[in-house]
Amino acid sequence: MSIKKALLTTAVGFGLSAGIAANAMAEEITIATVNNADMITMQELAPAWEEATGNTINWVVLEENVLRQRTTTDIATGGGSFDIMFIGAYETPIWGAKGWLTPLNDFAEDADYDLEDVFPLVRNGLSADGNLYALPLYSETSFTFYRTDLFEAAGIEAPTSQPTYEEFAEMAAKLHDPENGIYGTCQRGKAGWGENMAFVGTVANAFGADWFDMDWNPQLDSPEWNAAVTYYVDLMTNSGPPGASANGHNENRALFKDGKCATWVDATSAAGDVRNPETSSVADTTDFFQAPQQVTDKGTGWFWSWALAIPASSQKTDTAKEFLKWATSKEYFEAVGEAKGWVAVPSGTRKSVEEDARRLEAAPFAETIVEAILSVNPADPTRDPVPYTGVQFVAIPEFQGIGNYVGQQVAAALAGQSTVEEALANSQKFAVREMTKAGYIK
Amino acid sequence: MARAVTNKTKVWNTVTSGTLGFLMFFPILWILVLSFKTEEDAIRAPLEVLFASDWTMDSFAAVQARSDYFKHFMNSVIISVGSTLVGLLIAIPAAWAMAFVPAKRTKDVLMWMLSTKMLPPVGVLIPIYLIFRDLGILDSRIGLTFVLMMINLPIIIWMLYTYFKEIPGEILEAARMDGASLREEVIYVLTPMAIPGMASTVLLCIILAWNEAFWTLNLTAANAAPLTAFIASYSSPEGLFYAKLSAASIMAIAPILIMGWFSQKQLVRGLTFGAVK
Repeated sequence: MSIKKALLTTAVGFGLSAGIAANAMAEEITIATVNNADMITMQELAPAWEEATGNTINWVVLEENVLRQRTTTDIATGGGSFDIMFIGAYETPIWGAKGWLTPLNDFAEDADYDLEDVFPLVRNGLSADGNLYALPLYSETSFTFYRTDLFEAAGIEAPTSQPTYEEFAEMAAKLHDPENGIYGTCQRGKAGWGENMAFVGTVANAFGADWFDMDWNPQLDSPEWNAAVTYYVDLMTNSGPPGASANGHNENRALFKDGKCATWVDATSAAGDVRNPETSSVADTTDFFQAPQQVTDKGTGWFWSWALAIPASSQKTDTAKEFLKWATSKEYFEAVGEAKGWVAVPSGTRKSVEEDARRLEAAPFAETIVEAILSVNPADPTRDPVPYTGVQFVAIPEFQGIGNYVGQQVAAALAGQSTVEEALANSQKFAVREMTKAGYIK
Repeated sequence: MARAVTNKTKVWNTVTSGTLGFLMFFPILWILVLSFKTEEDAIRAPLEVLFASDWTMDSFAAVQARSDYFKHFMNSVIISVGSTLVGLLIAIPAAWAMAFVPAKRTKDVLMWMLSTKMLPPVGVLIPIYLIFRDLGILDSRIGLTFVLMMINLPIIIWMLYTYFKEIPGEILEAARMDGASLREEVIYVLTPMAIPGMASTVLLCIILAWNEAFWTLNLTAANAAPLTAFIASYSSPEGLFYAKLSAASIMAIAPILIMGWFSQKQLVRGLTFGAVK
């Protein structure tokens, strides 16, 4: 055998064994996720990770409520259908504390990953008992979207500091011009703890209300709740669009982008879309100020984070961790910036990304978003001390049911099917029953 | 004696049934219209959607690029046809026995079978999920075929029982006197006579299984997900996907719609079989 032939044979041998080794290690992982713009971008960019690692991904894409039900069933029964789940700041600490999620503390020691770069607020929101259980893709709070042109035409000065809800209602009433298709304000009305109660919950916080007192007694029949829900119903009746009880985030986003709303208090994560001239007719005439306060400024902007977590029932933890590292790394954000533009980069999680000159140039409002996110404190969300964490939600498993029920009652009051008093009395009764059943109160 | 029908009544009937038909078909028509629009146009006022925006196939292209339609379609076909055929294998002998050799408690058994349909599915989700997990058939076509077959079995048995009851017992007796065995009696005498009824049962069960969205979403992930999961992946509370959702819906319902269109005569004939004595 000549030396050349021997070398060639050896090289081919090495190549083949490397290929076999890579194939033997290659795994197929299944990811359950929602269908939103950030996750669609991830699906578009993921083939690069698949090519680099030899692994393959099965995407299971579902609507948020269906996803929540589906992943809850699977994780609670240890079904093991998914290797990665896209979950929120509500589920992560609850599921983590129950031991349903794989702790991700080793990312803190990974210098490449630089976990310190992730805002502490976000890290804490995705932790339980000192363990990190999910890595964030984007985080959001709520702030006020407003139309600069309509404010100018109505002779209203945009607030430079946090306005009160009373002032906000006055502005909305002045801007309300339904005959010309402009509504003073568009707010969530569709029932659900993640829909109308996200907004109503922050209004309630502003009015000094809380869900439970220090002994976990529901407080929904308090004068503060009454004042908050009455304010909300009056605001929407006087200055909102018709049929507001059917409008959720999506419908309001469409209305705002179509130029139908003068103001909108909603997720900071919608800012990029609203300010994108390709998708919005009000891109150049929209600006932002903080969500209003009333008797307190605590808990007036919500906090939410969408993150990736690994169920404890997954058999492919190492590959799942490898994907998580890639999908929430600085390099990934860089890749999104290159592919989709820096305005579309998932916001509110990494300091380095938010301070990047390219991001600031493409999205001058990024600083406002970060400022708003960092002003939120889920550990101290209300005027009076409370036993729970979470701004627009209460981080206990029972909240989903209670929040949805209260959401339905508030939507009924908004639609004129019941009075605010009836709605809150029903809500209180329901909450007391659920909390008694769960053993919080006797 | 037939009642005389005046021209005025005929016109009235035609207009009423036409309007009702149009109203019932309107949601599908609107989905069809939206599927040929861009996301921005799909949320405009209805008249603008129809007359002031362009028509495009972009949504279909985007859906096809992001999801594997064929895989979901094949899963739907296998699950719906499979569950119906397995259901028939069990239901034909059961319905035969109940129709021609009724016992004292046959009516009770029939009612009990129907009562299983009255249970909200979510009530048994966790037990079934755990059984599937332990049997290793989560996210499998076999598991889903079995569940859908069990769900539709009461309907299949009830429908076949009703059709079989219409067949004169004397014909079967005659076959027996001519020396037909039980197997021959069922296969060569009973089944051909009940073909219209069986055809409509098959069609109805395939449609029910095709459209079933609770179990097909909850027991599948990536491998066995049928077209219901394909549609669900375009529904989102954050971001606008009406046009893509409409395109996905059209792609999902088109096969069953076409099948229903071609077989509607058979379906109606089967459903009204035995209605006139």
